[in-house]
Amino acid sequence: MSARRRRRAVLLQAACVAVTLFMGVPLYLVTLAALSSRESLNRFPLPLLPTDVSTETLRTFLSSTGIVGSFLNSLTVGLSTVVLALLVGVPAGYALSRYTFRGRGPYQLFLLLTRALPIVVLSVPLAQVFLSAGLYDTTYAVTLLHTALALPTTVLITAAIFLSVPRDHEEAAVIFGATPLQAFLRIVLPQALPGIAAAAMFAFVMSWNEVLGAAVLTLNQRTLPAQVLSTLGDSPLAFRFAGGFALVLPALLFIAVMRKYLLNMWGTTLR
Amino acid sequence: MLEAGPGRRHLPGGVMTLTAEPATETPPRARRPRRARVPAPLLLIGPSLVFMTALFAWPTIVGVGQAVTGDDGPTLAYLRRMFDDPYFWPAVRYTLLLIVVLIPLQFTFAIAMALLLRERPRFAGFHFYVWVIPLAISDLAAGLVWLSVFTDRGYLNSVLDHLGLDGYAWLSFQHKPTIFLAVVVAELWRATSLVFVIVVAGMQNIPKDYDEAAAVFGATYWQRLRHVILPQLRPSIQVAMILRTILALQTFAVAQALAGRDFPVLVGETYQWYSSLQNPHVAAAIALVVLLVSLATSIAYLRLLRVPAGEEAR
Amino acid sequence: MADIVIDHLVKTYPGATTRATDDVSLTVADGEFLVLVGPSGCGKTTLLRMVAGLEAPDGGTIAIAGRDVTDLPARERRLSMVFQSYAIFPHLRVRQNIGFGLTMRKVPKDEVDRRVREAAAVLELTDYLDRYPAQLSGGQRQRVAVARAIVVDAGVLLMDEPLSNLDALLRLQFRAELKRIVRRVGATTLYVTHDQAEAMSLGDRVAVMRSGRIAQLGPPIEVYDHPSERFVGGFLGAPPMNFVPATVRVNGAGPSLHIGEQVLPAPEHLDPYRDRAVLLGVRAENLEVATVQQPGWLTARVEVVEPTGASVLLTVRLGEHEVKVQAPPTFRVEPDSAVWLRPPVQSLRFYDAETGLVLAGAA
Repeated sequence: MSARRRRRAVLLQAACVAVTLFMGVPLYLVTLAALSSRESLNRFPLPLLPTDVSTETLRTFLSSTGIVGSFLNSLTVGLSTVVLALLVGVPAGYALSRYTFRGRGPYQLFLLLTRALPIVVLSVPLAQVFLSAGLYDTTYAVTLLHTALALPTTVLITAAIFLSVPRDHEEAAVIFGATPLQAFLRIVLPQALPGIAAAAMFAFVMSWNEVLGAAVLTLNQRTLPAQVLSTLGDSPLAFRFAGGFALVLPALLFIAVMRKYLLNMWGTTLR
Repeated sequence: MLEAGPGRRHLPGGVMTLTAEPATETPPRARRPRRARVPAPLLLIGPSLVFMTALFAWPTIVGVGQAVTGDDGPTLAYLRRMFDDPYFWPAVRYTLLLIVVLIPLQFTFAIAMALLLRERPRFAGFHFYVWVIPLAISDLAAGLVWLSVFTDRGYLNSVLDHLGLDGYAWLSFQHKPTIFLAVVVAELWRATSLVFVIVVAGMQNIPKDYDEAAAVFGATYWQRLRHVILPQLRPSIQVAMILRTILALQTFAVAQALAGRDFPVLVGETYQWYSSLQNPHVAAAIALVVLLVSLATSIAYLRLLRVPAGEEAR
Repeated sequence: MADIVIDHLVKTYPGATTRATDDVSLTVADGEFLVLVGPSGCGKTTLLRMVAGLEAPDGGTIAIAGRDVTDLPARERRLSMVFQSYAIFPHLRVRQNIGFGLTMRKVPKDEVDRRVREAAAVLELTDYLDRYPAQLSGGQRQRVAVARAIVVDAGVLLMDEPLSNLDALLRLQFRAELKRIVRRVGATTLYVTHDQAEAMSLGDRVAVMRSGRIAQLGPPIEVYDHPSERFVGGFLGAPPMNFVPATVRVNGAGPSLHIGEQVLPAPEHLDPYRDRAVLLGVRAENLEVATVQQPGWLTARVEVVEPTGASVLLTVRLGEHEVKVQAPPTFRVEPDSAVWLRPPVQSLRFYDAETGLVLAGAA
């Protein structure tokens, strides 16, 4: 019996390792490629181990036209999206969690609908709209689109977060002298902060990664993905590898921080 | 103190009681008029409503306009141009093919991954971390990552060379099947994590009792899987499927990074028409096609996967 | 003078067909401890929350210390409240939780410190002032809730089932302590509970509520001894009051009660109710019981014997009806044997068989 169980455990671990390798090895490879010297990337077969580590490829990538600017644009758009999405989404999430109002059901349905449907394709007509509004090719335009993309998730996540703060905390606060706004700022918000931070990070990552909309809505003020995309056809392989790495790095950091919250958002933590 | 009156009597000890005879009723005082106010919840959700409508409904209308209006007025010319384009129908085919192949693969993969972790192997935390990383990776980055693998002088061919085998032009435009394979693998790698997380959360909500009861009554692992676990996962799977399918319809940067126009997909064509071919009208038309297909798919899913009321109670 | 005057308060929740509070009027005198008690859904919590300002009434008024507060928001009513779930803020230390009301009212910091320390001493929380609620036990969190309520020194104290989340032993211990603390503070207190023993032990007066109305209001012993309707008698006391159907007959010797086949002499004031069906109410502890036949006593058959330590609780069958009898702890009897019961006349209560209300003229 014990041998059978041990064999089962070994097989289980082997399967897990296989999946982990599948998920992890490509990341390793792109990192390797980005950190290899130009010369080693020109060799064939490519070295599979980091024998020739060099920042040459990355440096070339970073100094290519428009890359640093697009980094800054991505940062600007990402942060602005977070701010705008929270400003608009947190009150809405609060309303969903505390009030039962007519139209609540339709509103939630509307949010789910907009989340499910491909708003991204609407960036083509949006470009037209922004052209006439004079917003085309600005980070404002991309921020607006990204906020629209992030909003449904922000509202639904913050609604769930506020639901977990018991209503009688607010009631106790007003009994003891707080105005409704004070009760929200002093009592509800501090308790909701971790969840709101999670929602903010999701919005940021979504904005950072978004490709199509940013590419369509901008010409010169591109974000990093848009910049890489638009030069895909003409750029050498090394450039593309470095670009892939630059796009992947924030994801790695993000997941390291967000691991706990991921399942809390949808369920309980992985025990 | 309650007032004494008809029907109410004082009893020793200051007790007021109701007696068997009925008391006369005093009407409740009229309600004070309150100032009319915009209800708070509406104020709070207002901005989000305005925002979403403006960035969703309005572009749709503009998009329809763009697709059917030219410089000289309403025209079907762009629509015809779209349908006649040599890349259009292949794009439709490939997009649908992707969905048909990817979705079942991804769900099987995700459920298998979730089941593996459910057995609590060693290092489950580490495995989970790695399996979830692709969630935060953009589709462009994923495409570039797998480009480094599949390209002619990439890592796959390098490995084959080390093993003494000949390389293969995986991404050559003459080798459509392997391009498709590369795209499938890349998407599998990138997008399964989302389904995985949803399934894991769904699984954790399944009370252990059901599973244990089934085991006590002699069910094998596969029987338990089929009759206990999978049915309870149904709501999560439903949600995940709708989401994933809509997202799969929007496959773009992965294909773009790996094969460019050698592997046309609908959104890719939208981008082509907009940026390279400078024709926003046809681009808008294709965008609308994607929108319509997404809408139709969601509705179809919701109908197909609706849980019959009786089953839900189980 | 922090009294509470509730006048014809009406509230119906949207979508409900019956009123949550049905034209309720009540006065809580300055410094009085009044308990609202009743089964769930009777409207006691709704009433409390309307006094607090957390729910708005559809009709009627509320006045506190002579001020009409009906349209005032909670924070302007100068109240204090202890919540059933305590509502202690997890992100603030105990010290800040207790001082919350004072901080909100912009009391100077050193005075806040002093008063917090005093309140903490009363509730034995001095060692925990710098902890976070997550580090406290349920009983300690409850004390923080009480401390927060008494430190603001409001004239009116509201409590919504504050003991119901404690385990049985703690509940008993803290009940006495709560009574002592509230007496010391001297605030006018309105207290809600569903536990009738708690209501009896804590209140200066008890208001028994049902279906949105006050069934009876009075000091605990009076409400216990002289229930105004069947519901009140059946709600207070453990075991609840026994109700046995009987018919009043009058002959030359005066009125008598016919319980099935058995007859009991009835008090004279029942004369006007001749030939009427009535409900006889008598408490388990008031029934005298014997294992040997006694002339004039009622016979019954023992069904269940429950020795509770302090007494022996018998379930007996009197004719067709089940009656609970509380016998002394040394009483010995076997199930299925016969016993004889005598209710002392002064402990009998009489109720209309249909309405359940006490009969007019009954002592």
